[in-house]
Amino acid sequence: MTTTYAAVDELGADEPRARFHDLVAAEWIKLRSLRSTWIAYGATALAVIAFNAGTAYDTYNYWPERSAADRADFVRAGIPLQEAFTANAVMVMMLALGAIGAVAILGEYSTGTIRTTFAAVPARRSVMAAKTVVVTAVSTVFGAIVAGASFGLTQAILDGRDAGLSIGYPGALRVVAASALLAPVCALTGMAIGSVIRHTSATMVASVVAILVLPMVFTDGRHWSAVAGHATLYQAWSRLVEVGSPRTDFPWTTGGAWTVYAVWALTTAVLAVTSAQRRDQ
Amino acid sequence: MIEVNELTKRYGSTTAVKDLTFTVRPGQVTGFLGPNGAGKSTTLRMVLGLHEPTSGSVIVGGRSFRDRPRGLRHVGSLLDAHDVHGGRSAIAQLSALARSNRIPQRRVEEVLREVGLAEAARRRISGFSLGMKQRLGIASALLGDPPVLLFDEPLNGLDPEGVRWVRDLFRRLAAEGRTVFVSSHLMSEMEHTADQLIVIGRGELIAAESLAEFSARGTRQSVTVSTPASAVLRDLLAAEGATIHTAGDLLAVTGVTAVRIGEIAMEHRIPLHHLSARSSSLEEAFMELTADSVQYLAGDPQ
Ligand SMILES: Nc1ncnc2c1ncn2[C@@H]1O[C@H](COP(=O)(O)OP(=O)(O)O)[C@@H](O)[C@H]1O
Ligand SMILES: [Mg+2]
Repeated sequence: MTTTYAAVDELGADEPRARFHDLVAAEWIKLRSLRSTWIAYGATALAVIAFNAGTAYDTYNYWPERSAADRADFVRAGIPLQEAFTANAVMVMMLALGAIGAVAILGEYSTGTIRTTFAAVPARRSVMAAKTVVVTAVSTVFGAIVAGASFGLTQAILDGRDAGLSIGYPGALRVVAASALLAPVCALTGMAIGSVIRHTSATMVASVVAILVLPMVFTDGRHWSAVAGHATLYQAWSRLVEVGSPRTDFPWTTGGAWTVYAVWALTTAVLAVTSAQRRDQ
Repeated sequence: MIEVNELTKRYGSTTAVKDLTFTVRPGQVTGFLGPNGAGKSTTLRMVLGLHEPTSGSVIVGGRSFRDRPRGLRHVGSLLDAHDVHGGRSAIAQLSALARSNRIPQRRVEEVLREVGLAEAARRRISGFSLGMKQRLGIASALLGDPPVLLFDEPLNGLDPEGVRWVRDLFRRLAAEGRTVFVSSHLMSEMEHTADQLIVIGRGELIAAESLAEFSARGTRQSVTVSTPASAVLRDLLAAEGATIHTAGDLLAVTGVTAVRIGEIAMEHRIPLHHLSARSSSLEEAFMELTADSVQYLAGDPQ
């Protein structure tokens, strides 16, 4: 008996050093082992790419009806780049990624898994940081695939009318990068809101407000409103995919728009990582 | 070893746990007993650092659990078998937990076999019965081979074979020198499992003693007497310090032995028609002890 006691005293003594990347690997196992993750990402990707390709196909279809001048203006006005990622498609993507990001954390809160998680890893900030890393990485890959595929497909379709552009065309890479990176920033936003609110329906409403409503409310009418609007993700994306001269009374630079992306990403990441620290689980 | 020190937890105006102090020692199964709403789950959540105490502290294996970067090698726990995502398979759930704590994957297969879920390992948890979820929760608790194990109402939903298996497992874990702390609201569940008991009611400590000591409380005899001179006998017994309930000719007496009642009756030439002694069960001792602190009595108008 005494020998067993001694053995148990030593349990946990030879514990290997805690490593962050094990937490990342664990969160990756959790994410990929849910069928709903793949369905959500897959369905969103198909919808977004279909939206974009559909618009390009429309252009292709009605091309013969365009006048010669109209056709010449088409490329000069940068319309092929607008069709590489349309406003409708980006709205769908933003809302879906916001929801996917929110569900990444709400799936733990609503099922109670969060208690199992924190009982296994009391370092809550590390867990949340690992989850943030995984959601960001997966959403970035998603964004890159969807934006890349959309660009390739739309330009291939337009090429049928000799109106497609290559990725080397001025501004083309920026359209792809801005659209791709919007995916992780929206996922982070949803995750941050979910981590703070912790309830599904309220989180979904708040995400829609942050992602969709705010950019609609703050219009270019007045200076303060224009500035507030510029701080929203949708308007930052619009600025980044804009080709040619800006059509606003309050012009701003693409550097400003990238900064908006960065500020959203950082703020939401900090919120997601720290929100669980002080609260009862 | 779990040391609970003047622990208090308030949720708004509800005091769930109040000034609780007790120690849970290794090498034994300690039952954590109390009626529903007594504060058992709240206490266990504080042991695991999931809820912050309003005041007081809990030390597990010399440290506050929340200060440990990784937990599974120190404390294994099953708080609520439903605290898992139904969309995952058992093996995915355990693999993620194991990986987070740098526990090798082969240990996952081991614990799945140990709890009898090897066959169901790849099935989604949403299709599991409560008993299977309990087994999965127990598998998670065992993953890190920890010296301290906590279980909140682990027998719920288990079939009789499962109950016996869990009891044997607890006894074995304790025999290996581990600290095993198991909550229940039923004395009958603890009677054949626990060596030590911590009994709480309305968040406060009622008893902390061995099962043997606890059953000694229960051996207080209740004696039933029937006599035509019940009023006379009642006064005589009351003078001896007994507690008496009267129902017609029948007296239910506690605090005086049947032998002594017989002697008194003989001294005063009182005829007895019936005299019988009955010792109360552990369950009754528990009910009696916690009667004042039961929050939700069955049939109680709420
Ligand atoms: N998160 C919470 N918020 C508010 N009240 C709670 C919370 N958790 C428990 N309580 C209250 O604390 C008391 C103790 O509950 P609990 O610890 O679950 O008891 P037990 O596990 O012994 O049945 C109950 O009155 C319960 O309603
Ligand atoms: Mg409970």
